[in-house]
Amino acid sequence: MENMINLTIDDIKVQVPKGTTILKAAKSIGIDIPTLCHYELKGQGVENRPGSCRVCMVEVEGKGNLAAACATNVSEGMVVKTHTLRVIMARRTVVDLMLSDHPADCLVCPQSGKCELQKLAVDLGLREVTYSGEKSVYKVDVSPAIIRDVNKCVMCRRCETVCNSLQTVGALSAINRGFPAVVGTAFEQKLSDSTCVMCGQCVQACPVGALSEVDNTRQVMRAISDPKKTVIVQTAPAVRVAIGEEFGMEPGSRVTGKMVTALRMLGFDYVFDTDFAADLTIMEEGTEMLQRLDKYLKGDKDVRLPIMTSCCPGWVNFFETYYPDMLDVPSTAKSPMQMFGAIAKTYWAEKLGIKREDLVVVSIMPCVAKKYECQREEFKTDGNPDVDYSLTTRELADMIKLLSINFADLKEEEFDRPLGESTGAAVIFGATGGVIEAATRTAYELFTKKELGKVDFAELRGLDGVREATVDFNGTPIHIGIAHGLGNARKLLDRVRNGETMFHAIEIMACPGGCVGGAGQPYHHGDFSKVEKRLNAIYEEDRNKPLRKSHENPYIKQLYEEFLGEPCGEKSHKLLHTHYFDKSAKVEEVDD
Amino acid sequence: MKIKTLAELTSVKECACKLMSARLKGKNSADTNAKEEQIQEGSFKKTILVCGGPGCSASKSDVISSNLKECLKSEGLENEVDVVLTGCFGFCEAGPVIKIMPDNTFYVKVRPEDAEEIVKEHIVKGNKVEHLLYTEPSTGEQVVEDKDTNFYKKQVRIALRNCGLIDPEKIDEYIGLDGYKALATCLTEYSPEKVIEIISASGLSGRGGAGFPTGKKWAASARAKAEQKYIVCNADEGDPGAFMDRSILEGDPHSVLEAMAIAGYAIGATKGLIYIRAEYPLAVHRLQVAIGQAREYGLLGKDIFGTGFEFDIELRLGAGAFVCGEATALIHSMEGKRGEPTFKPPRTSEKGYLGMPTNVNNVETYANVPAIILKGAEWFSSIGTANSKGTKVFALAGQIRNVGLIEVPMGTTLREIVYEIGGGMKDGKKFKAIQTGGPSGGCLTEKHLDIPIDYKSLSEAGSMMGSGGMVIMDESSCMVSVAKFYLDFTVEESCGKCTPCRIGNKRLYEMLDKITKGKGTMEDLEHLRNLSNVIKETALCGLGQSSPNPILSTLDNFWDEFVEHVVDKKCRAGVCKDLIHYEINPSACIGCTNCARNCPVDAIQGERKSPHTIDQEMCIKCGTCVTKCKFNAIRIL
Repeated sequence: MENMINLTIDDIKVQVPKGTTILKAAKSIGIDIPTLCHYELKGQGVENRPGSCRVCMVEVEGKGNLAAACATNVSEGMVVKTHTLRVIMARRTVVDLMLSDHPADCLVCPQSGKCELQKLAVDLGLREVTYSGEKSVYKVDVSPAIIRDVNKCVMCRRCETVCNSLQTVGALSAINRGFPAVVGTAFEQKLSDSTCVMCGQCVQACPVGALSEVDNTRQVMRAISDPKKTVIVQTAPAVRVAIGEEFGMEPGSRVTGKMVTALRMLGFDYVFDTDFAADLTIMEEGTEMLQRLDKYLKGDKDVRLPIMTSCCPGWVNFFETYYPDMLDVPSTAKSPMQMFGAIAKTYWAEKLGIKREDLVVVSIMPCVAKKYECQREEFKTDGNPDVDYSLTTRELADMIKLLSINFADLKEEEFDRPLGESTGAAVIFGATGGVIEAATRTAYELFTKKELGKVDFAELRGLDGVREATVDFNGTPIHIGIAHGLGNARKLLDRVRNGETMFHAIEIMACPGGCVGGAGQPYHHGDFSKVEKRLNAIYEEDRNKPLRKSHENPYIKQLYEEFLGEPCGEKSHKLLHTHYFDKSAKVEEVDD
Repeated sequence: MKIKTLAELTSVKECACKLMSARLKGKNSADTNAKEEQIQEGSFKKTILVCGGPGCSASKSDVISSNLKECLKSEGLENEVDVVLTGCFGFCEAGPVIKIMPDNTFYVKVRPEDAEEIVKEHIVKGNKVEHLLYTEPSTGEQVVEDKDTNFYKKQVRIALRNCGLIDPEKIDEYIGLDGYKALATCLTEYSPEKVIEIISASGLSGRGGAGFPTGKKWAASARAKAEQKYIVCNADEGDPGAFMDRSILEGDPHSVLEAMAIAGYAIGATKGLIYIRAEYPLAVHRLQVAIGQAREYGLLGKDIFGTGFEFDIELRLGAGAFVCGEATALIHSMEGKRGEPTFKPPRTSEKGYLGMPTNVNNVETYANVPAIILKGAEWFSSIGTANSKGTKVFALAGQIRNVGLIEVPMGTTLREIVYEIGGGMKDGKKFKAIQTGGPSGGCLTEKHLDIPIDYKSLSEAGSMMGSGGMVIMDESSCMVSVAKFYLDFTVEESCGKCTPCRIGNKRLYEMLDKITKGKGTMEDLEHLRNLSNVIKETALCGLGQSSPNPILSTLDNFWDEFVEHVVDKKCRAGVCKDLIHYEINPSACIGCTNCARNCPVDAIQGERKSPHTIDQEMCIKCGTCVTKCKFNAIRIL
């Protein structure tokens, strides 16, 4: 046991591997040392450990000063005390100092009740701010998706780490020094002018209210109360396996039916499912993939492969910003949310005789970037957007709480038809690898003209950041790549750009775990096991669906028969496909 | 020309010595290996050394130098007497200073217009220019040679050995004083292990402040296995008023380059980096010149002294953040990242620049190295105290007679520095406090004056060695304001990374500010101490951990003064404006109207030839009246 270290924490003997921090050694025996800056997405290779908040201070025998548990590795024979009076007083003083430079508008803060600083202050029994004084003042920056109110920033640097290490976007980093030091953008640009791709992982990581999503709940409530408007809602697959957490339910609880009931109670006129549009996406993207593949196999040298998924708006922003030379590689298919909006405001509205301007489409997304996506100019007709408002899972929970609905006890209802019907292939869009698995299910059958024996593609699942698999299309090997988290996407993309690996198709999701780990999901506070549980629930939902292949969705067939004609046909091209923009000037601006 | 052997180095040295003969004759030959009889007569019979240090430069020493050259030319002596603009002599109080060699005549407070007289009287006629000689204040006697002044008597110059003696832009002059001989010796005679052994045995420790044993540091970097290792010189001198490193780099840049190459050999590094603040343009220039010259001679680059050893040095300019003097922050800054510290371990000796083992030493530490190699560990360790060896350079400032740059053996007492080298207090005022260690240090009092200076004793007394700032204060200094001054500095210079330093120091400053404004409470004093203690034990890096020292030491040593500010609303030093008022003593005032005429806000009234009065409502406490009154009639109460 050469690589094991023996130490004593609070009189308990413990043995941990060499290189373990005091924080983790303590956790292994059930001692939770409070921290604020420490944030780890376990298994995703991301750990924010600047040792800067100084909350996790502990006493180490023989050491003059207190030690930061997150930043101190264990050593043989070490004796640690985690809650002596000296330790508690130091932690209290540190949190006291943070509060002294904080707006302390907790009652009206978007993070109230979920704030880690608030929790620390409660746990440490702070009843007054001892060291009050000047507060730092910064401008609040509102972008289409994210609000930055760094007056509340505690310099934990979690956002900086996810933005730089996890996402390799590099929009956020510490600026200024001394008391005014804060996390900001280069040259204090507005976030919308920066290289930010709106993925929102910074919002998910922020322990306080310094980063939050734009709140659209009021606009949605107003639309619902407007008798002239027909307000319809669509819900993304990942929402149904996460929203239960907001009501004290276990992570991974599948609450699709309860969610539908709650949405009806909120007053939405029709409760539809983005999953319907996910099936539609597979029809379009799958067909596009087969078309490109067909050309490629026939020896066309100009065809661009791999085809890449394009349903994640953070990812779309990312390649528009960082890979302008590859704008023709991703699929031109719109995201399911936007396809839904386009179909709802044409096919469905016409069917019911609702005028476009009287129809309001709301989406419930596990995502922050969707707020930006639905505002993109190319997704509007005469200024009227296909999707009017996009709410996060958290915002939907807020609305449910607003109406004092007892969510856990709700009965289960079903989505409305026709835009509420979906297959299992659509549900797995919420998990990393799910879109490409869904596409594979359909593409295989269309390509080989044979029925799939086994619908589950285990080789495409998992939580490794970059995955590859080869699927046998009846003698034609199809090489598939998958990445989640934009840093991983970059690794995969660089391999494609440099011609190192030949892929036929690639799926990329901006958030770790895919949409289940989306920035708009209930805060996991760095407990990535919650994301894993949601991911498992997604596959469970798929298994329980009677239909599991997109092209089998009867309402999709009906949509093509009645309205669209054929996949990638003229009408779908107009309504369901898009084009991309070169945003690389933003990067050059900063590099100059 | 490349110098490939010790013999070639020696021949360069001999040529240089010829040209420097006037200086070598004058210099106490015990300090060099050259014996007087060995010094060959050169072409220059005399040499005039002009101090080009920061203080003297500000008083136009460059003009003095060019005037001297002109006068010599008009006397036709330009080939017999040379003028050398050197690095800092150290005696800033007496500046600009010049020294004539070989007769060691020391002239002080020289003005550019004195050049003619110096040439005509001293050089041509051989007479001393009496009015430029230094007068020892304690005896009132004139002193001809610098070594006989109280200022220099107790000094031992190792790190500063060449400052004030050579032209820093001429590598030959450095070689003339045995420069690069230490490197040659290491490369040709010693194994890397032996070099580390010598440095360890010498007891040399980090002069940047913390005093970590240099040999131990080198050994750690030597142990680390890596493809590339780095030698870094920390020249990010940032303590207020400190100019030790600057003086060494401006006056003797090669001593640092040579030492870095030696360190590179010892630990197995081929690359050296000097992190220097861009605010030191002259030092940067001198280093660039020196690096260029060393490369030309092949003393940097590939195959040094024909041994196959490769070492080169580059500069990295910093933007002058104090915190970048901290090794990890310095390395981040060099990597182009935000200059902020990260927790240790890993230490830089294991994982430093670009993740590679990196040895970081400060300028003064390096400057000692060649001397130790040449004279031996035993020689070096014979100087100093049991636990601190060698000498330390201090920047002496404040209300004493002789401000300047000094180098004294460890173990010298604060009293010796203040009253002998420093010449005692100015204007007959009473000694009050001595601040050492800069913003990380503390304020010591009369009772600490007999402490022999070393790392341990200073920290036991509640201060620290630091990088060598030393400020002496008299009774006109308010200790609350002094603490506030240092906190103001740390608040400004904190990187803002950790909570205690970013917010805690700000709160300490605010409390001190409140106290100096007469709004403090006894509870504030309690909070000051408590918060100081928490910051000390929770801050991430050395800057934060030591930032409360100026407060804690003043609270300990000047408690009464704090209480006076809080309870009596009085500032005994008359510094805190909100706690003082000015009054005219009617029996001393003769009604000259001088104060009233100079008062910027017309707050003083009174008839001519009758006592004046100050309108307290109007008075802005600027103190102008006090300085204008010739009759000492205005009192601060």
